[in-house]
Amino acid sequence: MKILNFFKQRTSTAPVARERLQLLLAHERAVSGKSDLIAILQEEIMAVIAKHFPVEQEGITVKMERGEVVSTLEVEVEIPTPMCPSFPLPANSAPSDPSEPVSIEPETKMARTGS
Amino acid sequence: MAKVLVVTSGKGGVGKTTSTAALGAALASAGKNVVLIDFDVGLRNLDLVMGAERRVVYDLINVVQGDAKLAQALIRDKRVPTLSLLPASQTRDKDALTDEGVSSVITELKEKFDWVICDSPAGIERGATLAMRHADVAIVVTNPEVSSVRDSDRIIGLLDSKTERAEKGERVEKHLLLTRFDAARAGRGEMLNVGDVLEILSIPLLGIIPESSEVLRASNLGSPITLNNPASAAARAYFEAAKRLNGEALDVTIPIDRKGLFGKLFGRRAA
Ligand SMILES: Nc1ncnc2c1ncn2[C@@H]1O[C@H](COP(=O)(O)OP(=O)(O)O)[C@@H](O)[C@H]1O
Ligand SMILES: [Mg+2]
Repeated sequence: MKILNFFKQRTSTAPVARERLQLLLAHERAVSGKSDLIAILQEEIMAVIAKHFPVEQEGITVKMERGEVVSTLEVEVEIPTPMCPSFPLPANSAPSDPSEPVSIEPETKMARTGS
Repeated sequence: MAKVLVVTSGKGGVGKTTSTAALGAALASAGKNVVLIDFDVGLRNLDLVMGAERRVVYDLINVVQGDAKLAQALIRDKRVPTLSLLPASQTRDKDALTDEGVSSVITELKEKFDWVICDSPAGIERGATLAMRHADVAIVVTNPEVSSVRDSDRIIGLLDSKTERAEKGERVEKHLLLTRFDAARAGRGEMLNVGDVLEILSIPLLGIIPESSEVLRASNLGSPITLNNPASAAARAYFEAAKRLNGEALDVTIPIDRKGLFGKLFGRRAA
């Protein structure tokens, strides 16, 4: 009996494949169905930011990433550095919170491009 | 009424080109006027699988750009007179394919043929969406394997959104063609079985093509399996699929090559 089980476990991987696919595709279908939502968000966020900075349509990316417990909505906005006002940074908040969704600090931008 | 059929999959190497050639030859042998279009610009292979590689003079891009007439670019098959091929370009940039150009080529082909079969490149980028753009019918070629099934699901989504029919609020008729199927391995639970794939993708089954070395032999010789070895299991499966495409209601079977040990030993020598 044990030997039988052993062999069954070794070879019957198809049910695992099937289960993984079902989970994954349920999620992917939901996301691709809502890709319009991301586009709408992108446009609306863009409109708000454009009131204050000259931003280009290509300068903004909105991404939805799915995690096991929480998912994140990542918004990245590129602004030409000369257009950025220099914010007086409060002393204790200098290292920016990595979960901060919108980053408009010129320093952060420069560090990311690695120049 | 002419029908535009796209053979697509998302993933590469699953059997799109093989299936385009096999089904095209099967439909043409049954008396239909068939043209095969290779949309895999830069990686054309359909000419090779069809054994027409030395007869290519003009290609799809030449026609789209007005450098050649459609009639000059079409290659008539030497074995089946009702079968033609419009090859892809091997050298040109795929951006040379314009929406309007492709659209007018397809419109012209629809006047002359019963079936216009588009062999899609892999991927979900422009080449693949151009190939499916005008489709009335789609064959989603899938291997019983996780990454292929996932990519097929993506492609089904595109068929429902990026095609001309979808944009008009109409349906593209979708069919699943399960290829490179190994019944023994599926039976042992080493491979997704037919029911699993059907349940996950939930589109109707057009056929099950067994994994077979005969397919490789046929492509080595530059002949679609349905012409090269019509009695082989894979060819029989393609013939049945072609009949279903023509609206015949047939039960889907998994043909097997009836070869005992004896047959295998001597089959080898005869090859
Ligand atoms: N049923 C089959 N049995 C065995 N080999 C196959 C079968 N179908 C396709 N192949 C092989 O798989 C490879 C990829 O096939 P191809 O039709 O070129 O795929 P695609 O066009 O989707 O990239 C080729 O070498 C082909 O001969
Ligand atoms: Mg191909």
